Amino acid sequence: MPEQFKLILKHVDAPGYTPDIECYMRHGGYEALKLALATAPRDLPDGKKLTPKEVVREDVKASGLRGRGGAGFSAGLKWSFVDRRSGKPIYLICNADESEPGTFKDRQIIHKDPHQLIEGMIISCWANDVKLAYIYIRGEMPRGAKLLEQALAEAREKGFLGKDILGSGNDLEIYVHRGAGAYICGEETGLIESLEGKRAYPRIKPPYFPAVLGLYMCPTIVNNVETLCHVKHIVTMGAANYAKLGTPNNTGTRIVSLSGDVQRPGYYEIEVGKVTIGELINDPDFGGGLRPGRSLKAVIPGGSSSKVLKAGEVFKLNRKGADGQMTKVDVPLLDLPYDFDSLQQAGTMSGSSAIIVLDDSRSMVDTLANLSEFYAHESCGQCTPCREGALWLAKGLHRLSHGEGRKEDAAYLSHIAQNIQGRTICAFGEAASWPVLSFVKKFRDEFEAKGAADEEARAKATGPAHGTRTAASSNQH
Amino acid sequence: MSAPAIPSTEPASAPAAPPPVETLTVKVNGKTLQVPKTMPDWQGKPQATTMLQAARCAGVDIPHYCYHDKLPVAGNCRMCLVEFGTPMMGPDRKPVLNEDGSPKIAKSVLPYEPGTPRGAIACATPISPGMEIYADSPATKQMREAVLESLLINHPLDCPICDQAGECKLQEYSVQHGQAGSRFVEAKVHKPKAVDLGPRIVLDDERCILCTRCIRFTKDIVGDDALGIVNRGSYNTIAAWKEGAFDNNYTLNTVDLCPVGALTSKDFRFKMRVWFLKETKSVCTSCGTGCSITIGSREGAIQRYEPRENDAVNGPWMCDSGRLNYQWVGRGDRLKDVRVGGLRSTWTAALKEVSAKLASAPQGSVAIIASARQTTEELFLLKKLADKLGARTASVARIGEADKLLVAADKNPNTNGARLNGFAAADLSKVAAGIAAGSIKTLIVFGEDVTKHGIGSDLLAKLETLVVSDILPNATTAAATHLLPGAAHAEKRGTFVNVKGRLQKFIKAVEAPGDARAEWEFLHDIVLGVTGQDGFVSIEGLFNQMAKEVPAFAGLEWSKVGDTGVNVPL
Repeated sequence: MPEQFKLILKHVDAPGYTPDIECYMRHGGYEALKLALATAPRDLPDGKKLTPKEVVREDVKASGLRGRGGAGFSAGLKWSFVDRRSGKPIYLICNADESEPGTFKDRQIIHKDPHQLIEGMIISCWANDVKLAYIYIRGEMPRGAKLLEQALAEAREKGFLGKDILGSGNDLEIYVHRGAGAYICGEETGLIESLEGKRAYPRIKPPYFPAVLGLYMCPTIVNNVETLCHVKHIVTMGAANYAKLGTPNNTGTRIVSLSGDVQRPGYYEIEVGKVTIGELINDPDFGGGLRPGRSLKAVIPGGSSSKVLKAGEVFKLNRKGADGQMTKVDVPLLDLPYDFDSLQQAGTMSGSSAIIVLDDSRSMVDTLANLSEFYAHESCGQCTPCREGALWLAKGLHRLSHGEGRKEDAAYLSHIAQNIQGRTICAFGEAASWPVLSFVKKFRDEFEAKGAADEEARAKATGPAHGTRTAASSNQH
Repeated sequence: MSAPAIPSTEPASAPAAPPPVETLTVKVNGKTLQVPKTMPDWQGKPQATTMLQAARCAGVDIPHYCYHDKLPVAGNCRMCLVEFGTPMMGPDRKPVLNEDGSPKIAKSVLPYEPGTPRGAIACATPISPGMEIYADSPATKQMREAVLESLLINHPLDCPICDQAGECKLQEYSVQHGQAGSRFVEAKVHKPKAVDLGPRIVLDDERCILCTRCIRFTKDIVGDDALGIVNRGSYNTIAAWKEGAFDNNYTLNTVDLCPVGALTSKDFRFKMRVWFLKETKSVCTSCGTGCSITIGSREGAIQRYEPRENDAVNGPWMCDSGRLNYQWVGRGDRLKDVRVGGLRSTWTAALKEVSAKLASAPQGSVAIIASARQTTEELFLLKKLADKLGARTASVARIGEADKLLVAADKNPNTNGARLNGFAAADLSKVAAGIAAGSIKTLIVFGEDVTKHGIGSDLLAKLETLVVSDILPNATTAAATHLLPGAAHAEKRGTFVNVKGRLQKFIKAVEAPGDARAEWEFLHDIVLGVTGQDGFVSIEGLFNQMAKEVPAFAGLEWSKVGDTGVNVPL
């Protein structure tokens, strides 16, 4: 039987557990920090010696921890890119701008166990020689911001923050910065611009890689809330033990936000790759299955920007056989292990680990119109393909979902989306185009049928002598 | 934009051998070439050479909107997306070779869709050894088509009433790289029209392609944070922080920078279709900086000044006050008639009389007020006259405020041209005293109203002969016994030497009104009449003669002074 594995959420929602520091410390809080500060230097087989900070950095790399924000990039590798020889200060930013539709995991940590995040941050800052860090929290989470402020004050009071942390000679200050309500502020360079007091226009890369030219053009680490929490547990458990959680290359645990047409929507922490999508949807301990009488239509597996998976799809996955050889194996959607690599091989991504389940009562046209409206609203408008394309898609889908569709709209929408993905400054271009490309590709019949039905209805209403309203103007700019 | 490798016109002194340039080998559209490893960025600092710069070295211009040589890179328009490839590396970090020994190239593809080419923005992507840039591949062309299609879906397509038509990058690239049709069948976004951005600028937000050139120029070049973007996504609009607040002395440069018809000049708006304009290379006269300009004129009337790129003087910019300082040239009250004793005369009669009077004037009885607004050649002739007559000379200085960008404190355009010809700026008190004492009986004035500089009408009345040449009427021209109407810089050829010693020539754009003539022409006649010296009936001949006689100009030839001028020793 698949089970939750509560590492991050161990105390969250436990009866009597409160977000204050006393409660946190009663449950072993800030012991990991003390453990980290007491890290011994390590001698390597080649005679090199690692400083305590390097040891922790190496351990994070060895733990296999991958970013929990969306891209799933190795956290230890990200840290290793930091320019430590520039002479400039190194900053760390906690990305708490959780706003991918369907995602509601970081807010559980912030609201219910803020000190876990702060402890993870203090350890990460110490390990990376960071003296000043920020928590960039989504503007729509005012209570979370207040709780974090309070938690920071408590930590400061106890000597975990400020000058000479626990007598270690290390200083650290953490500030909470509230966003003002834009999805794009979660893009790490957009976030940095916003933190600098500017419009959250993502930066071009090259040259503005945060690890080299980040906040105030200084080397900067940007990590997700959940990622930073894991650092604490890597220190407590040791890299090797941590890496035993989950599956190879997909280590540790992950909080999955499950929403949509399931009986038990909610957040569930699992060992990465140890639970399948089918189990997450149907197991009584997770989603509890669909509503009575409904059947599965589609799954959006990693936040609204990930490519949709269709019920009944079978994927070819690389699997290591008993002989150690890689073979292609057929894996149906519901048997897909929920991890980074399997979803990537299935042509989508685990993204922010937000699963949105769609049953047969849902119109894919309407669902996509809803998603596209979100992306049109949230496009920052900096670069041409996304600025113009995101709204174009939304307008076309609005038309199609409001009885003004055309048979050719499926091709029309794909064409627009194709011209966005891969051509923009940031990954928002993919976020805006992937839902469209995948919905139209996998549910093309539904889109074409809707367009054809609309055309037919219009023809009936206006008589055969009239062409469609849109066809006449379709050949001009 | 021209290739950055154009050699600048420096003085003939032998330059030190340049240090060897480190180069990389790249391929542009199949052509292999060596390009410098670093090239100047917008501030002139050496930075890793970009794909766009490398392509230019190969003579390939990659289309772009937001990129500008002299502005920080933004990378937002995506027009310069190009397909590219890099040498494939084996697991041993050594290049993988084809059967013929050439390096195998891995074309850039989308990481999540390996069959689809991935473009890079040429403006910001550094080249790497062995890189191949496919600036005209089908994939690159498709990316350009898509960007243009996107830029046009919400564009009003109002070229027939747009001032930018004819010099619009949206038009040009649409023809070169766009497609005839669009699939767009939705309603367009409507945005504010005729927004009053500042005293000299009107904005049409619907035409704007949001390249942010205007914002970057205003913030990073001028240092004024007046402009920004408001709203989000497709509704983005350029705005001043407060309506009408876009008011520094460089706002009109944003009209030049704007690749489309979004920013227009209130002065030039709706005045003229640009293809009717005759373009003439000239120099701005509003201060000692002497920005290189292009005069746009039609049928004898100046319509606008635009800065002409000259890195030795003004870069691509000029100030608003200088740019708008052209209306006086076409003023209705310009001096048009030669007058002797207040009556209309002819050049032949007047010059004959002036020459005769000067020739017979006793040594020391003549004073000459020269102007640092005259051309170098005119001052050279005037100096000849002064020397022959033993005349006292003076010239009025004009000192105002300078700014940090282009405006010089010296408000005369040719102070150095005057000084190098022997006219020092001096107040007119000694001349005034000479007139009062009766020792100065003849006064020659060029381009100054001396009544405002210490030689009042009462003193002028004491003179036997007052020869005045000017462009516009004033109290001095009213008192002249001999009035010789002159020509504005736009109406003649000549040179100015700016505050830093840059000698620039300017070309005649329009005709002078009525009988007005270029001063160097009639000065030549007077010099001939008084000294007997002849031989410079053309501006070329005159300049070359001056170069022979005045040490600072030694070795110069009119025909060899390029469009951006030459440095002369001060």
